[in-house]
Amino acid sequence: MNQLPTEKIFPVHNSIGDLVRHLLPGSAEYVNGFLTIASLLLVVALLPVFLIWLERKVAAHFQARLGPMRVGYHGLLQSTADGLKLIFKEVLVPEGADRFVFFLAPILPASATFLVMTILPFDHHLQVADPAGGVLFALGISGLSILGILLAGWSSNNKYSLLGAMRSGAQMVSFEISLALIMLLIVMVTGTASLREIVLSQQGTILDWWIFKLPFLGFIAFMMYMISSTAELNRAPFDISEAESELTGGFATEYSGISFAMFFFAEFVNMFVSAGLAATFFLGGFLAPQFGIGPIDAAFDFIPGFVWFFCKTFLVIFLYMWFRWTFPRLRIDQLMYLEWKMLLPANLVLLMGAGFFLAMGWTL
Amino acid sequence: MELQPVDNLPEGFTRGLNSDETSEEYFLNMGPQHPSTHGVLRLVLKLDGENVLEVVPHLGYVHRGIEKLAESQTYLQNIHLTDRLDYLSSHFNNLGYCLAMEQALDIGVPERGEYIRVMVCELQRIQSHLLWWGVTGMDLGAISTFLYGFKEREMITDIFEEICGARLTMNFFRPGGSFADVPDTFIPRVKKVIERMHVALDEYNTLLTDNIIFRERTRAIGILSREKALSYGCSGGVLRASGVSYDVRRNDPYSIYDRFDFGIPVGSVGGCFDRYRMKMEEMPQSLRILEQAVKDFPEGPYRSKEQSAYRLPQGSYYSQVETARGLLGTYIVAEGGAKPYRVKFRSPSFSNLSTLCEMAVGHKIADLVTILATLDFVVPDIDR
Repeated sequence: MNQLPTEKIFPVHNSIGDLVRHLLPGSAEYVNGFLTIASLLLVVALLPVFLIWLERKVAAHFQARLGPMRVGYHGLLQSTADGLKLIFKEVLVPEGADRFVFFLAPILPASATFLVMTILPFDHHLQVADPAGGVLFALGISGLSILGILLAGWSSNNKYSLLGAMRSGAQMVSFEISLALIMLLIVMVTGTASLREIVLSQQGTILDWWIFKLPFLGFIAFMMYMISSTAELNRAPFDISEAESELTGGFATEYSGISFAMFFFAEFVNMFVSAGLAATFFLGGFLAPQFGIGPIDAAFDFIPGFVWFFCKTFLVIFLYMWFRWTFPRLRIDQLMYLEWKMLLPANLVLLMGAGFFLAMGWTL
Repeated sequence: MELQPVDNLPEGFTRGLNSDETSEEYFLNMGPQHPSTHGVLRLVLKLDGENVLEVVPHLGYVHRGIEKLAESQTYLQNIHLTDRLDYLSSHFNNLGYCLAMEQALDIGVPERGEYIRVMVCELQRIQSHLLWWGVTGMDLGAISTFLYGFKEREMITDIFEEICGARLTMNFFRPGGSFADVPDTFIPRVKKVIERMHVALDEYNTLLTDNIIFRERTRAIGILSREKALSYGCSGGVLRASGVSYDVRRNDPYSIYDRFDFGIPVGSVGGCFDRYRMKMEEMPQSLRILEQAVKDFPEGPYRSKEQSAYRLPQGSYYSQVETARGLLGTYIVAEGGAKPYRVKFRSPSFSNLSTLCEMAVGHKIADLVTILATLDFVVPDIDR
């Protein structure tokens, strides 16, 4: 296969890519690139709609009620309707707000999540780009969403927004550290920072997934990833930047209409990205679970990889939702205590432990 | 340290902001429309970053002049006004007012009527506590508790709807009993509530009381000493949490509470968790009273002889009852006519709220919300 330089950026080596290459040999790289970006945009646009519906349904069933039931089958079109409503609503700008920053702020988290989506390995050859430093890319880009929240809080000219933004800044900067350390652990044991390579390092039975492969440590690392990514996502029990019972709406107090929807959408895509990374790092990503039992393995192998990826991701998303609808919220000082005095030292110990395990060759 | 000119300050503050360059002090208006001020309470906070330096509550946003209104209506018409004091304890408010009238006119209540009163009041106490429990959870960020609390509350509200047609403003008690007898389905439904509540309380304790985040959020927050609680005139769970065993049902029994066997939970520290615990432990005690009442529920008349109009003889009359929130006093001054000369209510929420500044200073905004939640006040009861 003659690989053009651009095809390294959009390596669509699946059947659709091959078909395009066969039909339009001359301009395949552009068509494939366009198709990739367009399909990703479609996913980013549809995901939050589905996730918001899912969140409402999960919450409703946790709370012994039904949730949205009217618009579409079991309310499936409810969030579409809500989204449409938000698009047509007037965007109010509070008096004394910094208009430019006020409108810039919601765009940042939305674009940050879109960028991280480009490196998620959905399937063997269903990944927009696979940079060698994919883990670093994910970490660096996700920092942009903090910036959006900080700007939103600052430009709103509202004390509640500012308080929410300050809380969120402190929180996300702290939890980014433990998140990075857990990713470092994975990079250390796999020896690569490319997300695709990390998935491929987990080939074999499910015992080869990193959650099981490192005895005990993998599971502890997974739990710590869940805690710090929940905090990173600003979701309950760490939703102190929104904290509607304290700060009314936190950083988003003054936002309405489509700018509010952007924050909201970014939040949900972010959750998907975070869960997708968890699936990639710990649950074998797009690999089918193999149990070492012939017929079952063959049947599972038959199911395409992206189905497995979505299954695993939604399992993690369900965990996030479970946390949110069960736990009360932490206070800001307790949050900082949790990060700096508990999670961070534990992370360092974990990192040393994993190094020791690797050196002794104690992986399963 | 320079201070801002005094005439530029929000109402109720005497000292300005610290205008040092490194200072992070500012004023923040919280309410009257704020999710966790439970209605229309308005607080003005002086904050240093997240820390509360001073709190000034502003009252009066739902002042309807109930006490003044009572002077231009007949005694019987006034009962429905009392519903609107503390809308979560309307049976208690009705009872307090009726007790004062009964005291003035020397009206007795038949055995069945007394049992109905006690049972309905205890049901209301559980109902009110359930709502409070749900809202407390929500204030602390556990939104699911709100809907769980309402699930069992609905069973009790349905009973009320069946006996008096109303779900919130009951207007059920009259001097000498209640305006209607309870239907035959009352006792079976109460039994069902008792059965369900025992299971539900276990669930609630697992969900919220034993949750480590909840424990950490309420531990050593908003401590009110025994002396402070007494000097502010606190009552109900707030007073008992500070270690004072005082409950009107026990210390000054009205109706037939002296016949029942029930405990008064008493706290030790007086912090938010103690106040929370008081309410949670009061519910099983109310269930105990209900169990005993269901067993001995008598047949017979439910109300002594009805009068079309009541004229209270000249004098002043006072009654007090233990509502879900504390001591509610009703004071009626009569001049012998068909209308009272003056009616005054001593509401528990007002005295309990006045301790807020004492407790919140030095804590964070999130703790202020916790303190507000465990104080369990109803703003219309404060403003009247």
